[in-house]
Amino acid sequence: MLYREAGQFKSTYAEDQQIFPIRQDRIALAVFLAFALLAVPLIGNQYWLGALLTPFLIFSLAALGLNILTGYAGQLSLGTAAFMAVGAFMAYNFVLRVPGIPILLAFVLAGICAAAVGIVFGLPSLRIKGFYLAVATLACQFFVLWALQKFGWFSNHSTSGVITAQQIVILGYAFDTPARKYLLTLGVVAVMALAAKNLMRSETGRAFMAVRDMDVAASVIGIPMMRTKLLAFAVSSFYCGVAGALHAFCYLGTVEPEAYSLDLSFRILFMIIIGGVGSILGSFLGAAFITLFPIFLNLASAWVNDFLGVEISHAVVSNLESVIFGGLIIFFLIVEPQGLARLWQITKEKLRLWPFPH
Amino acid sequence: MKTALVVALTAAAGFSTQALAQAKEQFVPVNSYWVGPYAPGGSGIAGGMIDYFKLLNARDGGINGVKMTWEKCETEYRNDRGVECYERSKNKGPTGATLIHPLSTGITYSLIDKGTADKIPIVSIGYGRTDASDGRVFPYVFPLMTNYWSQNTAKIKFIGMKEGGMDKLKGKKIVNLYHDSAYGKETIPILETQAKMYGFTVTHIAVPHPGNEQQAQWLQIRQVKPDWVILRGWGVMNPTALKAAAKIGFPRDHIIGVWWSGAEEDVIPAGDAAKGYIAAGFNAPGANHVVIKEIQKHVYAKGQGEMEDKSRVGSIYYNRGVQWGILTTEAVRTAQERFGKGKPMTGEQVRWGLENLNIDDKRLKELGAVGFMQPLKVSCMDHEGGGAVKFQQWDGTQWKVLTDWIASDQSIVRPMVEASAAQYAQEKGITRRDCSTEK
Repeated sequence: MLYREAGQFKSTYAEDQQIFPIRQDRIALAVFLAFALLAVPLIGNQYWLGALLTPFLIFSLAALGLNILTGYAGQLSLGTAAFMAVGAFMAYNFVLRVPGIPILLAFVLAGICAAAVGIVFGLPSLRIKGFYLAVATLACQFFVLWALQKFGWFSNHSTSGVITAQQIVILGYAFDTPARKYLLTLGVVAVMALAAKNLMRSETGRAFMAVRDMDVAASVIGIPMMRTKLLAFAVSSFYCGVAGALHAFCYLGTVEPEAYSLDLSFRILFMIIIGGVGSILGSFLGAAFITLFPIFLNLASAWVNDFLGVEISHAVVSNLESVIFGGLIIFFLIVEPQGLARLWQITKEKLRLWPFPH
Repeated sequence: MKTALVVALTAAAGFSTQALAQAKEQFVPVNSYWVGPYAPGGSGIAGGMIDYFKLLNARDGGINGVKMTWEKCETEYRNDRGVECYERSKNKGPTGATLIHPLSTGITYSLIDKGTADKIPIVSIGYGRTDASDGRVFPYVFPLMTNYWSQNTAKIKFIGMKEGGMDKLKGKKIVNLYHDSAYGKETIPILETQAKMYGFTVTHIAVPHPGNEQQAQWLQIRQVKPDWVILRGWGVMNPTALKAAAKIGFPRDHIIGVWWSGAEEDVIPAGDAAKGYIAAGFNAPGANHVVIKEIQKHVYAKGQGEMEDKSRVGSIYYNRGVQWGILTTEAVRTAQERFGKGKPMTGEQVRWGLENLNIDDKRLKELGAVGFMQPLKVSCMDHEGGGAVKFQQWDGTQWKVLTDWIASDQSIVRPMVEASAAQYAQEKGITRRDCSTEK
């Protein structure tokens, strides 16, 4: 009843081509963004902002990066964490070695470095596909971590190979509390998500999808294979690189190369599989599920303890969490193999008909 | 479904921050790991620490009447979960978290900034950031007992003793077999320095995580033909190394492990291959100490013990946890002496307590921990306090203590710590505290 587009006429091309053609969507998004920007920092405490929302946003951005490559351009990658590591370490080095560099510029440059690495390791994609490409990007994962540990320059010759992110100051304003860091992260993620959404509607995005759906057909209709694939790697790695920089600067503060292990690459891959491959929204939903749900389970087990008044052994609870989490992943994949984003789409379609289904 | 989740999470955060109004309680978060590859270490240490708190509550009614409280949180040895646990627990109890044991070098690194900003001491006993021993740069970080570099000098000293004098080290070959991580790499620079000083050669060989495949490394060791191998392992890497050493016939009593390679869990899986293996330790093994007996009497006899497998009481990791419990509560006690007996202490006050912690032989006796741990005196300059190491040998069924406390060589370690801390201070724009004005 509420969610209906009847009566919304498009009278210009611009209106017809806007990102959210339905007015209710636009209003909802504006309200949601306003809530996230204005209300959340006021009502959220440090735990919420610093330990839940900021990492959620950062991993959403990384998942978004992988989704551009895997979901839209169809190139399977296991190097996501390595690109994040490049972003984190290069942002640190730019701030350290270029005095007075604006921090956002350092983030962008770090992203570009990650993009360059992405292009190099994207080269095999011109020859190999699917699982074999995944193995080639696996090499990237190992090589980058090895290089970061091997060459002391990256960590400014820290004995343990650990970097400590510098303070974030933009135009004399220090981003030092969890609320401010959250706002900075939210700003960067919102802008980049909007850019991604737009990119995927453009000629470039359509070329990505054509390559994904059938690369022979795509090249027959004149899409340059090399440029498109490498561009997909570059854009994707750029997103991951910026996510890595945010991860170091806005979230953990001090990071070691091992934080960006293969394990993290897999987790980000799971985020897009559960959230929805080839969907911007899916990146966010998947990141929320993978980062927040285990914590929710952990908290829930504490309430169950309080509520029932029996103390279950902590080791059992910890293991049970993993069991429930794993079970839920299988459940979701069986019920909706196209991910949480698809569930949301179905809900929207149902809403348009509601309350008269016929 | 998403909204339901958000609502539920909001409710969770709301409830969990409600503090117990000024109860006489001292809250300590126990963030550890009960699942995953490192669970034997995490569960043992957490169990020992909680059992010691239970002992204090049952026998003495807490610290001067202030009861110890705690809450467990699963970090899975992962940095992001560790930060989440820290943020979740830091405001609980009447005065917030007393201090934090991150129980992972990676998590320690992630918490240094946060703890300093929140005024909660980060206590990393036997791990963590070595240069944090310089308390002038790191006011809220306490790598108590012994850091990695100190341990390393004690180890070289021990090798020197075995060889019959430090001058006999000249021309000897030592292999440093390390876990390829921040933890593993930490001692490379100090070994290089010492190699130059004493004239031995050192070869660094990395083992990638998790370390269950070491054939290539031990082949290389066979080529080098070292006199000693330093094993800087963690988890499954340790028994694998011992088995591989047995295969190429390298004498196990010439392998010296660090303290994260020297627990029962590290040698039992290797079976006979582990016999004779020597490891460092900063806590003594066995259930034969007064404090452990007290725990058995006051906690386990009443069926309130934390360990489900009671045979682990007295194991290396368990005893280490008890030791951490002692250090935690002694820091609170020291703080109480200055800021008011019988009151719960804040993180800032406990920081003072840690910095002025002085556990001498007399106090060790009162604690029932003579021989269980070393005397310790922390200061503003020196956040390490102890610096001595014991060596123990696995005889196939249990760890036998070989030596008394072997002191580390601070004349080598301290300048390196200060140089590294100074670099950190410069990068972060920190001004060093002046210790002469600290009270």
